[in-house]
Amino acid sequence: MDSHSIATEQVHAEHGHPAHLRHHFETVEQQREASSFGMWLFLLTEIMFFGGLFTAYLIYRNWYYPAFVAGSHQLNIWLGGINTVVLITSSFTMAMGVWCAEMKNKSGLVLALGATLILGLVFLGIKADEYHEKWEKHHIPGASFSVESFVHPDDPKETPLAYDMAEKTQMYFFLYFAMTGMHALHMVIGIAILGALLVRAWGGAYTDGHMTTIENFGLYWHFVDIVWIFLFPLLYLISRH
Amino acid sequence: MAEHADHPVAEHHAHHIVSPATYLLIFGALLLGTAITVGASYIDMGPWNPVVALAIACTKAVLVILFFMHIKYSSKLMKLTVAAGFFTFLALITMTLSDYISRAWGLW
Repeated sequence: MDSHSIATEQVHAEHGHPAHLRHHFETVEQQREASSFGMWLFLLTEIMFFGGLFTAYLIYRNWYYPAFVAGSHQLNIWLGGINTVVLITSSFTMAMGVWCAEMKNKSGLVLALGATLILGLVFLGIKADEYHEKWEKHHIPGASFSVESFVHPDDPKETPLAYDMAEKTQMYFFLYFAMTGMHALHMVIGIAILGALLVRAWGGAYTDGHMTTIENFGLYWHFVDIVWIFLFPLLYLISRH
Repeated sequence: MAEHADHPVAEHHAHHIVSPATYLLIFGALLLGTAITVGASYIDMGPWNPVVALAIACTKAVLVILFFMHIKYSSKLMKLTVAAGFFTFLALITMTLSDYISRAWGLW
């Protein structure tokens, strides 16, 4: 084992590059670019993953449009809108976190990561409340699903559906839970990683010149925000006039 | 193992740092887009409602990708990678739809 593989500051200072530059890279910039590239390749797989769900949504919305309208009207546009603002703000705080890391501002980074984490939890809290409401109204697909609210709607402005079309609202809610559920799972994973990054940032990591981890986590977080940016109009805003 | 004691490794800093002012501007644009998309959903535009909603969503996504995810300031390799992602997603939608449209449309 040669001495170059021991990552001591002294050894690296001797041959003129920062400790965090791995030896299979020529420059720090190449290393940063390679890790960003890898992160983007992962995000591309995520685009295809959610893309499959969006394609299913596209097909079924076209097939059972009245059912999708009725299903969409069951969602609370205010909660959805607030959640959209919450996530967009969390993307802003995450971007500020990246900037703080670049500026080697430790307290700023910790604050930004903390704000992002709290906003993520707020989002999940609102989602949990929405899911709970679905449970109470028997709108979770499966044995307990009830089409009563669609065949005999309480709201006089809602058009009642025939039984066979009302049954298709299960498809809408299946896609609602699948897509927002998958999105929420990505949020949970993101929040868990945020917690770990917060602890390490507090200890001084990421503000010493090597902030690629924060950058790449930022890419993940922004991607999850982009998925919600599409989910919100497609699920909440079908024919609200 | 290459001997790099002779030539100190050059720091090729193509790394552009995006300012908080830019982030704030984009944040404002995203909030505006959200307000517009909610407002537009209450206006009857017939078949154009989903088109407008998706157009606004795509604009917001492009802003996040270009500025929050730094693609505007990134190398051609990164830009190409993101474009490849879009292309593959479009292939997914197009090929699936062409299958349904040519065989199973209306047969549900």
